[in-house]
Amino acid sequence: MIEPIILFFVLGIIAGLVRAELRLPGPIYDFVSMLLLLAIGLKGGIELAKQPFLTLLPQILVVFVMGLILPLIGFPILRKFGRFKRADAASIAAHYGSVSVGTYAVAAAFMETQNIYFEEHMPLLLVVLEVPAILVGIVLAKGLSKETQWSSVAHEVFAGKGVVLLLGGLFIGWIAGSDGLDSIKPLFFDLFKGILALFLLEMGLIAASKISSLHKYGLFLIVFGIGMALLSAVIGTGLGLLLNLSIGGTAMLAILAASASYIAVPAAMRISVPEANPTLSLTASLGITFPFNVLIGIPVYYELAVRAHAIFGA
Amino acid sequence: MTTQDSQQGHLQGQLKGELKDQPQKYNSMLVTIVTESSLESQLSRELEGLGVQGYTITDARGRGDSGSRNAGWDADSNIRIEVICSEPMSETIAKLLEEKYYPNFAMVMHCHGVFVLRPEKFK
Repeated sequence: MIEPIILFFVLGIIAGLVRAELRLPGPIYDFVSMLLLLAIGLKGGIELAKQPFLTLLPQILVVFVMGLILPLIGFPILRKFGRFKRADAASIAAHYGSVSVGTYAVAAAFMETQNIYFEEHMPLLLVVLEVPAILVGIVLAKGLSKETQWSSVAHEVFAGKGVVLLLGGLFIGWIAGSDGLDSIKPLFFDLFKGILALFLLEMGLIAASKISSLHKYGLFLIVFGIGMALLSAVIGTGLGLLLNLSIGGTAMLAILAASASYIAVPAAMRISVPEANPTLSLTASLGITFPFNVLIGIPVYYELAVRAHAIFGA
Repeated sequence: MTTQDSQQGHLQGQLKGELKDQPQKYNSMLVTIVTESSLESQLSRELEGLGVQGYTITDARGRGDSGSRNAGWDADSNIRIEVICSEPMSETIAKLLEEKYYPNFAMVMHCHGVFVLRPEKFK
């Protein structure tokens, strides 16, 4: 059975491609994305309350290193085979080293529908993955330049809506615990899929606008957008095994690795590497990788995790 | 006096006549900047650093060289910044934007004279 939320995404894409007069009003989109980020954070926070923070430290470190490595793999590919300018290659690579909360939300819904267990503290790793790729991207574009306004970049990264709401949600969930959140559960947890459906409708419209600008940038971006996602998923699966995550957790880490940012990184790159063309990176991350992951990637990465556990698992 | 001069003189007279009933000619400048919303906090800081007394920011939608920017989503939306200031300040703002932002950002700036009450508020 096809997840109805995926059909909302498809509806958005079709509506966008036929230029239907459809648009989620700006404040509604803001509201919907805020609810999603908070809900994801709260769920992670409840789980964090159940275990000592120190046991998660190895996972946090490994995921941080993964965030550093992924853009370093993408950058030379973009430079050599894509022949992109240094700034453009660095910016696109940073998008692919970071994560997409939207993809995570769809994956969480997929896992819930299929009754697959995964470590619920994944939102913490989601936050950890937002940051390192941005730093690597800036250094790849400019070197360790004194001109870089690190304070502006830090503000953009840590005070950005995504990180504040995710970390805020984690913190509130951690303090309040599962019972404490009972009173707000109907809004954040019971309505999660409905909210996600609206969010995906808008994402479909945005993705369609990027797809329609694809013809300008050629075949390479399509191949890179899918190829990089698959390669990153394999790396994420390997690290999931290394960290002894469950099958669902391994799949989630693969999905986080395979996803490409479209909120935190574009904002940080506009400020720190303004000479990079944002249309290129957003076309790749939103026009190619996001739809690929949502429509095809998530079940494929789960299957990869199942097979990897069967072959290499303890 | 040539015919052209006489026509120009007539036109100026006509304009003056029309302006006679207006309060005054402009006493401040209105600088309008339409640009990417990702620049909002940075530009606010820059303007405050230059010493402008205030500004108004609104969300904007439209289409231009950088494609359609429909304001639904942060990375794809525009803002319009309006600053009322003195003429020298408008020139300083224009110079800053031209040097620092025009090469890499979607940005349009235009300014014109406006008549404001309490012009001392807008230096």
